[in-house]
Amino acid sequence: MTQVLLNALVVGTTYALIALGITIIFSIMKVVNFAHGQLYMIGGFVVYYFNVVFGLPFWFGLLMSFLIVGALGVVMELFLFRPVMLRVKREEVTMLLAMGTAVFLESLALIVFGEKQRGVPPIATGIFELFGARLPTGRVVVIFIAAALIIALMAFIGYTKTGRALRAMAQDREATALQGVNLKWLSAMGFGLGTGLAGLAGGLLVAIFAVHTGAGTAVSIKAFLMIMIGGAGVLSGAILGGFVLGVLESVGYALLPGSMTFLVIFLIVIGFLIVRPNGIMGKPWG
Amino acid sequence: MAGGSSHSIAKPIALGVLIALGYFIAVPLLSGGSGYVLNVVTTMAAVSFISFGVWLTFAIGRINLAQAGFALIGAYVTAISVAHLGLSFWVALPLSGLVAAIIGGLIGWPVLRLKGVYFAMITLCITEACRLTALSFPGITRGAQGMVDLPLPGDLSLFGLVIIPAFEKGARLPFFYLAGTLMMLGLLFMWLLDTSRVGAVFRSLRQNEDLASSLGINVAKYRVVAFMVACFYAGVGGGFFAALQQNVYPTSFQVIDSVYFMVYCFVGGLEFVIGPLIGALVMMTSFELLHEFQRYQTVIYSGLMILCILLMPNGILSVVRRRSSKAKGANNA
Repeated sequence: MTQVLLNALVVGTTYALIALGITIIFSIMKVVNFAHGQLYMIGGFVVYYFNVVFGLPFWFGLLMSFLIVGALGVVMELFLFRPVMLRVKREEVTMLLAMGTAVFLESLALIVFGEKQRGVPPIATGIFELFGARLPTGRVVVIFIAAALIIALMAFIGYTKTGRALRAMAQDREATALQGVNLKWLSAMGFGLGTGLAGLAGGLLVAIFAVHTGAGTAVSIKAFLMIMIGGAGVLSGAILGGFVLGVLESVGYALLPGSMTFLVIFLIVIGFLIVRPNGIMGKPWG
Repeated sequence: MAGGSSHSIAKPIALGVLIALGYFIAVPLLSGGSGYVLNVVTTMAAVSFISFGVWLTFAIGRINLAQAGFALIGAYVTAISVAHLGLSFWVALPLSGLVAAIIGGLIGWPVLRLKGVYFAMITLCITEACRLTALSFPGITRGAQGMVDLPLPGDLSLFGLVIIPAFEKGARLPFFYLAGTLMMLGLLFMWLLDTSRVGAVFRSLRQNEDLASSLGINVAKYRVVAFMVACFYAGVGGGFFAALQQNVYPTSFQVIDSVYFMVYCFVGGLEFVIGPLIGALVMMTSFELLHEFQRYQTVIYSGLMILCILLMPNGILSVVRRRSSKAKGANNA
């Protein structure tokens, strides 16, 4: 059981990063980023290229995955989402736009990166033992990096001026603009921060699971499960959702045959949403 | 409006019959026996039939990404009925729609309480859950190997009178006619529904459910009915594809197909019954035209899709309508 919980901790911390990214985008733009999984996948490939192809250290690849995927997010916000949001009749259009972007990124990645599954060499050697459960040291490192990133992000959003501006914008755009905040710059940055987190999560998990170009949709679905469990648009809910999904998944894989795990998780989530339509921490959705 | 309804319905129906006859005669003639063209048109007709269901859920203000999941259910019902139970295809096809509608009703009742992005996300999960269900019960569905070599539709006879002859191996025309008939019946029913009182109730649900319920409309009942009709379309469409391709795999209908069904509705325009058909026509034709770009096909296609949304965020038909209303305004002035 300790083994299962340790595994849950590994995936849970990285899942929390994914969920935080999608939540930041959702809370400031009211857009569900259906391309989140594809951005995660690109993050994984960025680390693979810097680490394996160019032979640079893993941490540098991780930094680049944040910067490159983050920059991609800024471009998406400036040239796709902003112009469309300015002149649509229905909110669904932005969702569709995100889906189109997802298909585009995935097919582009297939051409650029190829079909092969890519991994990086272990980032640390040795086995870590705790209460009889064994965990490769590489995974322990991943837990610590992910946890440090989550804490850094929460500190950034909670205590810096930019973070306060982001939170204010999520609450009320007009009032924020009246306080002299440059919304244009800020929403592009927020979008980039969200996608950058997807890139970071992909870069971190490539050290454990390897990555291939078709991985995106499954990750997006997991991200949706997390924010449905935790509550859309709430940062603490995102972290909670990440951990809950991590535990469900690890327990499921330990007890059930392969494809049953997520089937059961879907049923649990559907059942849960009937009881709590807004997730654990979510506010009522209009 | 109420007084002139018989007139206003007679004209479009006559026009529709003309177009239908033209379609059934002209397309096989124009294709010149090319199996490829006929195949594309057949797929297009069946896909737009499934997309009508998505359009209906849009009409009640829900973003439905479960359509591929219910199409998969329909495909498996048809496959299991004709392969294991020995039922005729002509019984299996409506049965597929019925099973999909019943399952849709059971899932839809609780799930339809969700709105907006929550509904979109949960329906996406339903599509994925359907794929996993097909994978998880290999005893019934043969799992990842899929159900292959399904028999072709046999003949349909009533009191010894053969109405539809058995489909021959390799023949494309019967499937073309079947898909075309489905599409037209589907469109006709959608149009009748949209112009009826029920259609007005559905539109009121999209605008404001609370207001609708304050007027004494049983909101929960109407939205489940709409969702079940949508699932029926998906089930029948899925069953058709099972017969057309003579196989079903868990990957026959996936999340990406749900997305495409939705794209067709959007590209055509959500305010028009015929929108899904126009969207499927434009998008699938352009996809086929991009065929020579080989491995760049999907990139260019999705790029076009994004461009479409950027330039015409309210659909192709909305642009057409704006043009014509502008022209009218000019004439009046």
